[in-house]
Amino acid sequence: MEDGRSANKAMSQALLLIGILSTLTALILDFTGSRLFFRGELLLAGIIVFFAGLYLFPTKKHHRTIVNIIFLFPLLFCFVVTVIIPFGLGLFYSTTDWNGIRMTEFVGIGNYLNMFNEAGFLWSLLLTVMFVIVNMVLVNVIGLGLAVLCTSKMKAVGFFRAAFFIPNLIGGIVLGYIWQFIFNNVVLKWTFDTFEYNSSLLSKYNTGFLAIILVYIWQYAGYIMMIYITGLTTVPSDVIEASAIDGATAVQTFFRIKLPMIASTITVCTFLTLQSAFKQFDVNMALTNGTGSVNFMGQYLSNGTQMLALNIYNTAITKNNYAMGQAKAVLFFIILSIVSVIQVRISNKREVEM
Amino acid sequence: MVKKLTPADILIRMAFFLIALYVLFPFFLVVINVFRSANDIVANPVSTTGMSFTKLTKNLTSVVNNSNFSFWSAFGTSALITVLSIFFLALFGGMAAWVICRNKTKWSMFIYMVFITSMIIPFQVVMLPLISTFRDVGKFLGIQMLQSFPGIIFAYLGFGGAMTVFILTGFIKTVPYELEEAASIDGCSPEGTYFRIIFPLLKPPVVTVTILNGMWIWNDYLLPSLMLGHNGKVKTLPVAVQAFVGSYVKQWDLILTAALLAIIPMIILFIFAQKQIMGGLVDGAIKS
Repeated sequence: MEDGRSANKAMSQALLLIGILSTLTALILDFTGSRLFFRGELLLAGIIVFFAGLYLFPTKKHHRTIVNIIFLFPLLFCFVVTVIIPFGLGLFYSTTDWNGIRMTEFVGIGNYLNMFNEAGFLWSLLLTVMFVIVNMVLVNVIGLGLAVLCTSKMKAVGFFRAAFFIPNLIGGIVLGYIWQFIFNNVVLKWTFDTFEYNSSLLSKYNTGFLAIILVYIWQYAGYIMMIYITGLTTVPSDVIEASAIDGATAVQTFFRIKLPMIASTITVCTFLTLQSAFKQFDVNMALTNGTGSVNFMGQYLSNGTQMLALNIYNTAITKNNYAMGQAKAVLFFIILSIVSVIQVRISNKREVEM
Repeated sequence: MVKKLTPADILIRMAFFLIALYVLFPFFLVVINVFRSANDIVANPVSTTGMSFTKLTKNLTSVVNNSNFSFWSAFGTSALITVLSIFFLALFGGMAAWVICRNKTKWSMFIYMVFITSMIIPFQVVMLPLISTFRDVGKFLGIQMLQSFPGIIFAYLGFGGAMTVFILTGFIKTVPYELEEAASIDGCSPEGTYFRIIFPLLKPPVVTVTILNGMWIWNDYLLPSLMLGHNGKVKTLPVAVQAFVGSYVKQWDLILTAALLAIIPMIILFIFAQKQIMGGLVDGAIKS
């Protein structure tokens, strides 16, 4: 027993030493500008060996703490490096003239002021707000309608549920191209045959925008429907039976009893749609890529169907204006956090009432 | 006794039928048109004329062997990234959630709050600094973070971490602490307690987070397109479809075949795990 412990201790100390030494060596190589090919592997190996040594360290008192650190470290490390640090850097870069690689000077809130002078950006903002409002209403009404249909007593309801849900499984890029095919071939052929109208709906900003809405509903309503179905099935059946005995019609039961009882589900779905519609990117990119000419604020714009997320992407990646793209992204974040705060307020209020 | 159909019933049935038609029509179009040639498709996209298996094999071989699309490589990349990411998210996420849940210290509360609030952060606000950080840090430390499997899996662990921890923490709270006390009295180490007692109980929420993460990572376009690039050797399926469409404008026979190949894996998975997928997505939405 004693031998085992001291062997353990020696092992642990050796591992800790090797780990620290190889990590330090790797870092020294990094800082001296060495381009040795294995310095990255050395660093990783050093860290892993160090944690192995820490784990084997013979202590009863602190073992739980060591386990806690080892358990928390991997995910927390990834999270800090990929989310927290870039987030902080992003806030900082948005006030500079950053070009994606380096920055030379501060511009303060210059980027933020400039973006409001950019008609194209204001158009994207307006378009996104309209998109969000239209979809919050339509997706929820259609989703709820489908949910009511799918909870009715009918054969093959399971099949229809699955069928309505399927579009949600497919990524926005792929289904965006499928719908581009439909609009540019199937619909175009139909409009040409019937009205001799020979230009694609996607090439005009207004019909292109409607097309994005149509595809978005097609993709998202089935998902919202599933959440409403879950909500509707929690409405106790004795309440519904009681209302039927009192002579309520199906419509009355729905509006007077079911709808108030799934109020919290409606809140969840409304905000879910709001957030997802606001962040819409993939379908926008694959379907129209933001094209479509429009006259806005006395200017001729070529980004008639470009929504906010795509505008940020194009500003930074396509036009290579990283600092401006980052500033727009920060504004995007601010709007989303305001929405989230309102959401939390509303759901907390409801919980208090219940 | 045969129940009579009321007009309302008939109306509902017709509504069902029409909606299902609208929802499934795009898939139907894809399926019929992969059997046809480009000229036939342009002449009439909604038709079955000229459908044949030779055209399907011709379309399939030209898409699968195309150097911009290279289906098997993209499929393998997507599968590898998705499977490894969801595995490590479940493993590390469970471990982190357990530590956060079973320690009522200031630190664990703080870490939990940071995880939860970070869920508001949209990808757009971190994507640009993320790429530059990964590029610079990778160069400095000599670990390739961009255009590499470990790099993108690392990023997915970071982005999926908050939601995973959130859902798993919610579940661990409901697991009675007495179980762990009993194990500890019997001489079980803390790590043993977690892996032998708590982790096996986490199956339902782990299924939920795995489905949520899996669907998101498999279909994600922006992160892989930024981290792996369009011209690099490593491409996921959505990025490959995008690159393919960009280089074959209007060749709808090939584009639709590529789209079908990208859809099929998800549909097959859905057929086998329909209940879990639908339930998992709904659970995730309600909890967050």
